[in-house]
Amino acid sequence: MMDPLNLAGSAIILLLGTAALALFLGRKQRLLLVAGFVLSAVASLSATIAGVRVVGWSTTSQAIMSIGLPDLPFHLRLDPLAGFFITVVGILSFVVSIYSIGYVREISKQRPIGRLVIFYALFLAGMFMVIIADDALFFLVSWELMAAASYFLVLFEDERVENRRAAFLYMVVAHVGALAILLSFGVMSGLATGFEGFHGYTFDAMRQAEFPAVWATAAFLLAFFGFAAKAGVIPLHVWLPEAHPVAPSNISALMSGVMLKTAIYGIVRVTFDLIGVFPWWWGSIVLVFGLISAVMGVLYALMQHDLKRLLAYHSVENIGIILIGIGLSMIFRSFDFPLLSSLALIAGLYHTLNHAIFKGLLFMGAGAVLHASHERNMEEMGGLIHFMPWTAALFLVGSVSIAGLPPFNGFVSEWLTFQAFLLSPSLPSPLMKLLIPLGAALLALTAALAAACFVKAFGVTFLGHWRGHHQPHVQEVDWFMRSGMIMAALLCLALGVLPTVIIDWMDTVPEQLVGSRIGTTAGAFGWMWLTPVAPARASYSGPLVFLVTLSVIVIAYLLLHVRSGSITRVPLWDCGFEKVTPRMQYTATAFAMPIRRIFGFFFHIREQVKMNPQAPHRTVPGRMQYTLRIRDRFWGWLYRPLVDASFWLSRRVGRLQQGRIQAYLIYSFVTIIVLLLFLR
Amino acid sequence: MNLYPFMTEILQIMIVLGISPAFVGWVRMLKCWSQGRTSAGVFQPYRDIRKLFAKNVVLAENASWVFRFTPYLVFGTTVLAGGIIPMLSVDLPLSATADVIVLVALFAIARFFIALAGMDIGTAFGGMGSSREMTIASLAEPAMLMAIFTLSLACRSTSLSQIVTVIFSGQIQLRPYLAFAFLAFVLISLAETGRIPVDNPATHLELTMVHEAMILEYSGRHLALIEWAGMMKLMLFMALGAVLFFPWGIDVTSTAAGALRAFLFLLLKLGASGVVLVLIETGLAKMRLFRLTEFLGSAFLLATLGMLAYYILD
Amino acid sequence: MMDLQIVSQISSFLAALVLLTAFGMLVQKRVYGLIHLFAWQGLFLSLNTAVVGFVANKHHLYISSVLTLSLKVVLLPYILHVLINRLKIRKEVETVVNIPMTMMIGIALVIFSYHLTAPIRQLSTLITRSTLAVALATVMLGLLMMITRRHAVTQIIGFLALENGLFFAATSATYGMPLVVELGVALDVLIAAFIFGIFFFHIHTTFDTLDVEQMAKLKEEN
Repeated sequence: MMDPLNLAGSAIILLLGTAALALFLGRKQRLLLVAGFVLSAVASLSATIAGVRVVGWSTTSQAIMSIGLPDLPFHLRLDPLAGFFITVVGILSFVVSIYSIGYVREISKQRPIGRLVIFYALFLAGMFMVIIADDALFFLVSWELMAAASYFLVLFEDERVENRRAAFLYMVVAHVGALAILLSFGVMSGLATGFEGFHGYTFDAMRQAEFPAVWATAAFLLAFFGFAAKAGVIPLHVWLPEAHPVAPSNISALMSGVMLKTAIYGIVRVTFDLIGVFPWWWGSIVLVFGLISAVMGVLYALMQHDLKRLLAYHSVENIGIILIGIGLSMIFRSFDFPLLSSLALIAGLYHTLNHAIFKGLLFMGAGAVLHASHERNMEEMGGLIHFMPWTAALFLVGSVSIAGLPPFNGFVSEWLTFQAFLLSPSLPSPLMKLLIPLGAALLALTAALAAACFVKAFGVTFLGHWRGHHQPHVQEVDWFMRSGMIMAALLCLALGVLPTVIIDWMDTVPEQLVGSRIGTTAGAFGWMWLTPVAPARASYSGPLVFLVTLSVIVIAYLLLHVRSGSITRVPLWDCGFEKVTPRMQYTATAFAMPIRRIFGFFFHIREQVKMNPQAPHRTVPGRMQYTLRIRDRFWGWLYRPLVDASFWLSRRVGRLQQGRIQAYLIYSFVTIIVLLLFLR
Repeated sequence: MNLYPFMTEILQIMIVLGISPAFVGWVRMLKCWSQGRTSAGVFQPYRDIRKLFAKNVVLAENASWVFRFTPYLVFGTTVLAGGIIPMLSVDLPLSATADVIVLVALFAIARFFIALAGMDIGTAFGGMGSSREMTIASLAEPAMLMAIFTLSLACRSTSLSQIVTVIFSGQIQLRPYLAFAFLAFVLISLAETGRIPVDNPATHLELTMVHEAMILEYSGRHLALIEWAGMMKLMLFMALGAVLFFPWGIDVTSTAAGALRAFLFLLLKLGASGVVLVLIETGLAKMRLFRLTEFLGSAFLLATLGMLAYYILD
Repeated sequence: MMDLQIVSQISSFLAALVLLTAFGMLVQKRVYGLIHLFAWQGLFLSLNTAVVGFVANKHHLYISSVLTLSLKVVLLPYILHVLINRLKIRKEVETVVNIPMTMMIGIALVIFSYHLTAPIRQLSTLITRSTLAVALATVMLGLLMMITRRHAVTQIIGFLALENGLFFAATSATYGMPLVVELGVALDVLIAAFIFGIFFFHIHTTFDTLDVEQMAKLKEEN
């Protein structure tokens, strides 16, 4: 058997090789398509195997590669934390690669796909490299590779202005974030070995160093800001709803499903591993931003009518839920409750895995819908379940999972997060005891709103009648796409029904980071029952919920069909009104209206009703026109002032631009003089 | 292997299936009396259900499998919930399957699918009902969680059997936080089971329906299953309130006599909760949809006050 | 001692009820409902005072309990009733901030007062020390009510609720103020109520309403 690190390394080399190969196969599109994605799938699968083994065996392997800058070799390391994230990235990449064979084939009928395949492979390689990097230099190089590759993927259909704009926004936010991460690593490496040498750049040096509290805080805040920008934590989320809808759907699935998770990885790595010791309020910062992202994310998602934008906002929400788990874990850890800390960490990481799978599934489903109906606006869709039964059923599985309903996977991690919340009374600080439960209430609100949102998303898209003006020519997607989605759906079910197995497997991660494991207590009652702390405290049995419900359904069905009662299909009852049209169905806008009104404060709403003045009489209204614009308040609160300020600044700086050579020479001259003066 | 818990479990599920229509009949009868009408008797719901089972299904042309699957799923999750709540005995094999949060989630999955079924036919009513139902549910959920939080603070558990055991054992007497949690639970139950003032179970008026709007297109055995599940849900919420806050009479000894006594107590408690329910419903008018934020906000407030009272006053 | 424990439980239960009525007043829209809630709060307060008097064996607390009962449960609500009947106010009271928001602010205030009184809880040895947070919260909720409402009558009730909170704080922090002080305060409240009544008539005759927003008209135009 190969060493896991070698296996992961060869997966990365295979991906880089795929990218190189794709350069030469530009002419042979079909071969390029199959070879590119099959090789990516193989690489992802081998990386997954490596990750699963590292986590399962709790091994740590390290390597040093003397490429890169002279005297600054790249360090690689695969420990359980990295292994877990490698697994997360690997599983979804494998599934999405298979889906992509079908999905990209459709694209290839319209445009060359060489660029897509190259950057796809580079993107995957970049994500794997970020996770196995063990020094700041390699980490940042990989981070930039990942960001650049995803930028080009977002820009794939670059003839449209909105795509270029979205990609640009993404690039700006990603780089502001990367800068903060760079500074954070700079602070840590400088403090690790002093500012004279460069040898503090390895993570090992940072791990061993003890940072003064102020500088540790600075490093944490910078890193949190940088990773939050990548993860789409509110208020740094603005790029997500722009970039995800315009990227090809397989890319959105990967970006939303796993690329955001590399930022989670970064947060966990920096706080738990590199800095190691932290005060409780770091945890509460993470927790508060998690809560804000969760609630606001789902509220904004409810207002979206573009299926992919909706899903993008749900990524904000789910990143929030993950951060809630991690923040709680940090709080518990700083008050020295290793068991509770590991429970909360497991909750956060489990949700990371779950979100990767179901969000991947949902984006793949959205891609299938998009590709079949050529429509992104939900208000024009409807009734797709009749044309695309497979996609509909699979999208439903994803919806149930993300809505946090048993027996699927989203529920398990949310339940674990609730359990972590419910254990907060053991904290010593009285104020925390009172405030943390309110966070639990917010999480409950989030879960319920997510359910409402997916009733809307699934109901409006797949159920009812087709709302569009022209008749749809919609067909079910091909088997490659279907099998990708089927695998993801089965994973959703498996992760939901067998949580004890999964937790037993991933238990080595909290053991590595907080020094405690919950696997022994979580499975204490048998593998069927998940009992996070103790059986008397709380228990959940995924298999039993699934099996009992299923058996009751089967029994009821069989009993009722002994006497073969007939089903008569009739036209819709129209209440005596003869012209019932599909346009009379409840729309997505209408569905979200009560919630829009109740939580109106969070949105920037502009609602207008225009009556046609040419109506024959006041009592007989003519055409009515209703317009509704809902915008993210954060644009007005945060970004607009920033943009204005930067324009103002650039205009000031722009005065330096004289256009005369002599002026520029004077600038350089003055600079040199000043430098010489100060740096004697 | 001790078979007794399994017997109790089966017995309890049978009881839930069997007496829930009678409970609804009892509530309707009381309501008729309180409004000076003649009632159809306690057993009318049984006749309704039987008749519906015998009828053929009339299905709209574009109803998909989601529409046909929903009644079975709703029925299935409700029966499972009936097996989880410790009504007769605290020693039930299924009670370890789920704690309170899972129980809430089981009802949530039923609601999710009913809401989808409401959208499946493509009428304006169905969508309207779904939209309202999900809105109400999302406002009720935080309040529910706070009530659970308060209970779990007191009992150090979210497991139903454990909560019942702790409260039953009398370690907790006159405690303000339990009273707050109970009041919050009453308000939430009214919202979850679609009773006045949140929803009117007897109305078919377009603008006020919530639950009825979603199931408007159901007929025959599908409707029977949904109605039956709805009756069970009402009874389960009443029984949940009864066992969590007034667990007297529940069987902790695991004997047949104990189970019988528990059954009689359960009947008494259900009868009493029916009276309370009818008093509330007769005394209040249905609220406008947007007044419900205040109603459910009060539920949240009460539950939170319960949590605060636990810390401040104990 | 068992006896004492039950009594202290009753005391904390009554404290909880006082808090509940305070919140009830915060969200109640109707004037009559408000007055009833205010009367209930006075009743719980007076019962609590009696219980504390029993526990602490301070007999003057019985007197202040009776005083509270007669003043805040009977007399003041009666005066307010009469006032409302005379002025023919029957409409719903308008609120400035919406009700769920007010509730959230109220919860935050309770948490805040718990946080504030936490050091006192540590130091004090009285069995009523835990109700101090409730008392402080009642004061704050009364003030919040005065801020969020725009109707003169509700503002008065807010003021009286605030006074209830102060009285409660005195009982729970130090087993009550000296009797002389309490008598003086009671008299003050009574006189204040009469003065308010007179002002109501004046406001009502001047503006034809008791909406205090109208008073903004008194400001000089600029």
